[in-house]
Amino acid sequence: MNKVIITVVGKDAKGIIARVCTYLADNNANILDISQTIVGGYFNMMMVVDFADLNCTFDQAQGDLSELGHCLGVEIKCQREEIFEKMHRI
Amino acid sequence: MINISEVLETNKMVEQQNLDVRTITMGINLLGCADKDLVMCCEKIYSKITTMARDLVKTGEDISREYGIPIVNKRISITPISLVGAACCKTPEDYVKIAQTLDRAAKEVGVNFLGGYSAIVSKGMTKSDELLIRSIPQAMATTDFICSSVNVGSTKTGINMDAVRLMGEIIKETAEATKENDSLGCGKLVVLCNAPDDNPFMAGAFHGVSEADAIINVGVSGPGVVNSVLQSVRGESFEVLCETIKRTAFKITRVGQLVAQEASRRLGIPFGIIDLSLAPTPAVGDSVADILCEIGLECAGAPGTTAALALLNDQVKKGGVMASSYVGGLSGAFIPVSEDQGMINAVEKGCLTLEKLEAMTCVCSVGLDMIAIPGDTPATTISGIIADEAAIGMVNQKTTAVRIIPVIGKTVGDSVVFGGLLGYAPVMPVNKYSCADFVNRKGRIPAPIHSFKN
Repeated sequence: MNKVIITVVGKDAKGIIARVCTYLADNNANILDISQTIVGGYFNMMMVVDFADLNCTFDQAQGDLSELGHCLGVEIKCQREEIFEKMHRI
Repeated sequence: MINISEVLETNKMVEQQNLDVRTITMGINLLGCADKDLVMCCEKIYSKITTMARDLVKTGEDISREYGIPIVNKRISITPISLVGAACCKTPEDYVKIAQTLDRAAKEVGVNFLGGYSAIVSKGMTKSDELLIRSIPQAMATTDFICSSVNVGSTKTGINMDAVRLMGEIIKETAEATKENDSLGCGKLVVLCNAPDDNPFMAGAFHGVSEADAIINVGVSGPGVVNSVLQSVRGESFEVLCETIKRTAFKITRVGQLVAQEASRRLGIPFGIIDLSLAPTPAVGDSVADILCEIGLECAGAPGTTAALALLNDQVKKGGVMASSYVGGLSGAFIPVSEDQGMINAVEKGCLTLEKLEAMTCVCSVGLDMIAIPGDTPATTISGIIADEAAIGMVNQKTTAVRIIPVIGKTVGDSVVFGGLLGYAPVMPVNKYSCADFVNRKGRIPAPIHSFKN
């Protein structure tokens, strides 16, 4: 298991989740959990994804997702899960 | 499993509240580089540093990108050079050659500071220590990334007043040697009492002789995060205030611990310590002074400042120690003037004076830090300021330090711009009365009694 957290923050629009999920499926990443909220018209989505069988490098996926976010007018971040786990769990 | 609000909270700390890991500092033992021949010694030093730290900067950048946490500085600390150069340096100029070698090595591996151009003279000075100290002005003037420190006292040994007197003169000479750059050389030179062997922060970082061959130490930061969180508990009791600071310090430190372990694993070098410090930067919102205001002061320096700082410092440690397996270094809130916009404002308003800063150093790390004073301040007065700080450290069994900049050609009312993380500072007034006869006495102040505490 190589858990990664993907966050998408930005103005709500149609097809954001679809586009991100398509990218992940194409690259053999396994989505474990998705949650989203809309605060003040802003779309906040978090995905827990397993990168264990990813068919490209972490850096490549991070760059591609950031680029995809740019096209969709949102910010997509891709971070290793441990930073959140360490900060919020004893 | 981690939920969305936790993820958003972490990212908000980074994006809006200046959360970062301030430094990954690799400590490198250079004792094996000692040689009777200066050229050989320099070659060995260059080779050891550039080999050991070859991947330091890249590793820091990789971790930063993968976890989404800025790691601001990648640095190196080395064995105090007065030990390494003792066999081959016969003049201060010989030591300057080592400084220039270190500067080249720092540039080669891409770090932004290298600390350890140092001498530990808390009880006495060897010939080598004195040569190194006398080389500091020239070394600071002819290098870019070298930091120098001199430890002049300790709780166990007392204060070496001969070294304190010499350091007053050396600070003045360093100011003069770097006057073209607003005496910036003094910003890279610190005089310490009870200096720790594992400090990752500059300018006082060195790799002590009690350390292993190489070690990874990490300094965490995050005054902006503490300040933001405290805004949500305005008017609440001290219990709530303290609890809030502790929780936040825990979270900040856990990030540091993660980065330290990861850096250690990737570089194949053991993890040493986390330094739990609230280190401000000149960036707006990244200020320790602002936290003091949020705690309830109109301005840093007002009555109550020392108590508020003591509280803050203690809670940061209490929250931080649980988050990390090994805590060390300086660990506490830093109160540099030029690197903290809130401190600068307080000085400019006339609310914060040198004397109040001295009182504040009794309850926090580290000491009088990045303070610009008039260029015509006598060397003996600077020695007196150093002696006062060293006495506070010696008696209270804590680290204290003086990093003070007598800016040549400037006086009270002027301000100096150091640039980057070193920020800018208004020139502060210094007490005009002399302490020359005190400072000019020879010898040392004895170690304090360790009983009958009052």
